[in-house]
Amino acid sequence: MNPTAFYALFRKDLKLFFSDKRAVLMSFAAPILIASFFGFLFSGSSKGDAAKVPAAAVDLDGSAVSKKLLAALAADKGLDLKAENLDAARERVRKGKATVAVVVPKGFGEDAARAFFRGGLKPEIGVLYDPSHTAELGMVKGLLTQHAMEVVSAEVFNGETGRVVRRDTLKELETTKDLPAGERVALKDLLGSLDRFQASQSTAKPGGTGGGGGMSMPFAMLESAVTSGDKIEYNGFAHAFAGMGVQFILFMGIEAGISILLLRQTGLWKRLRAAPLSRSTLLGSRAASAAAIALIILAVIFAFARLVFKVQVLGSFAGFAGVCLAFAFMTGAYGLLIAALGRTPEAARGLAIFVTLLMVMLGGAWIPAFVFPGWLQKATLLVPTRWAVDGLDAMTWRGLGFLDALPAILVLLGFAAVFGAVAVWKFRWQED
Amino acid sequence: MFQAQNLKKRFGAVQAVDGVSFAIQAGETVGLLGPNGAGKTTIVSMIAGLLTPDSGEIRLEGRAIASDTDPVKRAIGFVPQDLALFEKLGGRENLALFGALYGLKGAELDRAVDMALGLVGLADRQKDAVEAYSGGMKRRLNLAAALLHDPKLLILDEPTVGVDPQSRNAIFDNLEALKQRGLTLIYTTHYMEEAERLCDRLVIVDHGRVLKDGTLQSLYAELPAANLLEVEIEGDGAPLCEGLRCVAGVASAELRAGRLAVGVDNLAMGSAAVLAWLAARGVPVLHLASERATLEAVFLNLTGRSLRDA
Repeated sequence: MNPTAFYALFRKDLKLFFSDKRAVLMSFAAPILIASFFGFLFSGSSKGDAAKVPAAAVDLDGSAVSKKLLAALAADKGLDLKAENLDAARERVRKGKATVAVVVPKGFGEDAARAFFRGGLKPEIGVLYDPSHTAELGMVKGLLTQHAMEVVSAEVFNGETGRVVRRDTLKELETTKDLPAGERVALKDLLGSLDRFQASQSTAKPGGTGGGGGMSMPFAMLESAVTSGDKIEYNGFAHAFAGMGVQFILFMGIEAGISILLLRQTGLWKRLRAAPLSRSTLLGSRAASAAAIALIILAVIFAFARLVFKVQVLGSFAGFAGVCLAFAFMTGAYGLLIAALGRTPEAARGLAIFVTLLMVMLGGAWIPAFVFPGWLQKATLLVPTRWAVDGLDAMTWRGLGFLDALPAILVLLGFAAVFGAVAVWKFRWQED
Repeated sequence: MFQAQNLKKRFGAVQAVDGVSFAIQAGETVGLLGPNGAGKTTIVSMIAGLLTPDSGEIRLEGRAIASDTDPVKRAIGFVPQDLALFEKLGGRENLALFGALYGLKGAELDRAVDMALGLVGLADRQKDAVEAYSGGMKRRLNLAAALLHDPKLLILDEPTVGVDPQSRNAIFDNLEALKQRGLTLIYTTHYMEEAERLCDRLVIVDHGRVLKDGTLQSLYAELPAANLLEVEIEGDGAPLCEGLRCVAGVASAELRAGRLAVGVDNLAMGSAAVLAWLAARGVPVLHLASERATLEAVFLNLTGRSLRDA
């Protein structure tokens, strides 16, 4: 290898890159802007100020039970509930203004109280939902179940509706043949006990706690985000900057490869080949300059993230540097691969951008990989971007040690070696 | 100094070069002349080490180019047909880069860049980005980039394509200066006037083969006549050709593009004899022109086709 020529070619690539305002803008400003936006979205949920689910409520019953149920839902911090008539609620869901509409049917209060003891015909609460928001639907159904059980059980044990239902049920038990004798006696005892309990609650001294009881959730949840330290909050910007950094650095890698194809279109490639230069000097200098630019981009965007969004390397700094370096080498080799497999700059650019976007998407740079199906999560381990994003996450907000970065470093270096070897093998040295 | 022996190169079904052989002495300027697609660029690409011949051998000062990094390549300067410059870099930056590719650095590189810039007259624009240069300036810088490492053989592949006449003259002044210094040149072109002005010897190629190899004088000597009369007459001239060939001093006569093309060695006597012969037969002459024998005529004589239209 000719070190003078290698350095001259390396320096030339850096000069050309930084003299191209469009390339600089795309490589530095674009990832910072997009990562800031994504980071803002991701960070919001961790601080408990996530947007409430817009929902509509339709009360066709108008009973005390239905009113209490909708009041409980309206008070829930996860919902933004508005009362509507049925048509208006359906229209809001159809237009995407509300994610879910809860429709409480006529007779709900009494039917639910009866069904509480005897089963039989259960009232049906209608749930109209926007099919593009199935995740929120699950959440709303959970809240509805919780609040319905609390409100209906309270009414059954303490409310007027409950007293009437118990009295009617006791009368029915005298004549019914549906239940075995043993069960009938046990149920009569239970209802009788409830009556006596309610009577004692109603005569309790003022200031007592009686009268408001019913079923409630038998536990409370203590949420605690597990981060790298006791008082360190999750910083959603860390993942966003890692993901967008990876994406736009790969775009830069594409341009590095395309630049070689463009040399072929001019006399420059012939002039370079006419000089006494080895293939390792010609291709190696281009890969090295792309890797250097990748490192500069990573340094700048993480410096920005550190200054503006307080993103820190909470884990091993050596691990962070190792992942950055390995990903930079992989980017350089990826550029060479594009130059080796591409026929024309135009065709190569289109295909390379498609492949890169696919890699970035599967790598979890846009949305976290854990939302993928299980088989896809395993499959994405074959994608280098997954290792790069996970490696950067591990060293930033997860705060893990160097040993946790090592698999990502080794896998990325492995990809770099494979890409580089295929590039040298398939590169067309002579025009045909 | 340089020998090419039985070079062959095929691209798929096309035999681009088919057994080309020629030699060049030190200090000689040899023109590789032929129409577009004749195989000139393929030949010089093989000489410059860009293409490996399917068969045959190239030797420079007795040595063949064995590999990409063979030091023999340091003795060759190559000016590609397309502009080979980085447009965003300055003129001096371009030259410094190309000098470094040949191992030049430090003061040696600075001297070489200064010399090359001075030779092509671009010293005062050396800091400007190449994209701000005119087409002619770019061509001159393209030439300078091949001279930095002081090559012994300079290969120029149609270096004046798309250049205005003023810049073309400037490039020719540069090349003549290099020739005066004793540099060996291989110059490919399909412009006859360029080859006539610059070259000591010509290798005429067509369809990948050498048609003729010789000095200008020897090539002209093979023409039927040293001068050509172009006579425009009224009526059909075809029946007159046979008679004209019998006129004293006329070497050839044929009809070309509706006009009589008459070859004569002695312009004064020949033209007088032709005009008298036509007048005697009552043939009105509308226009008469003469020209000295050119490489165009040589090519036409060799192939039966015009060089530029081939």
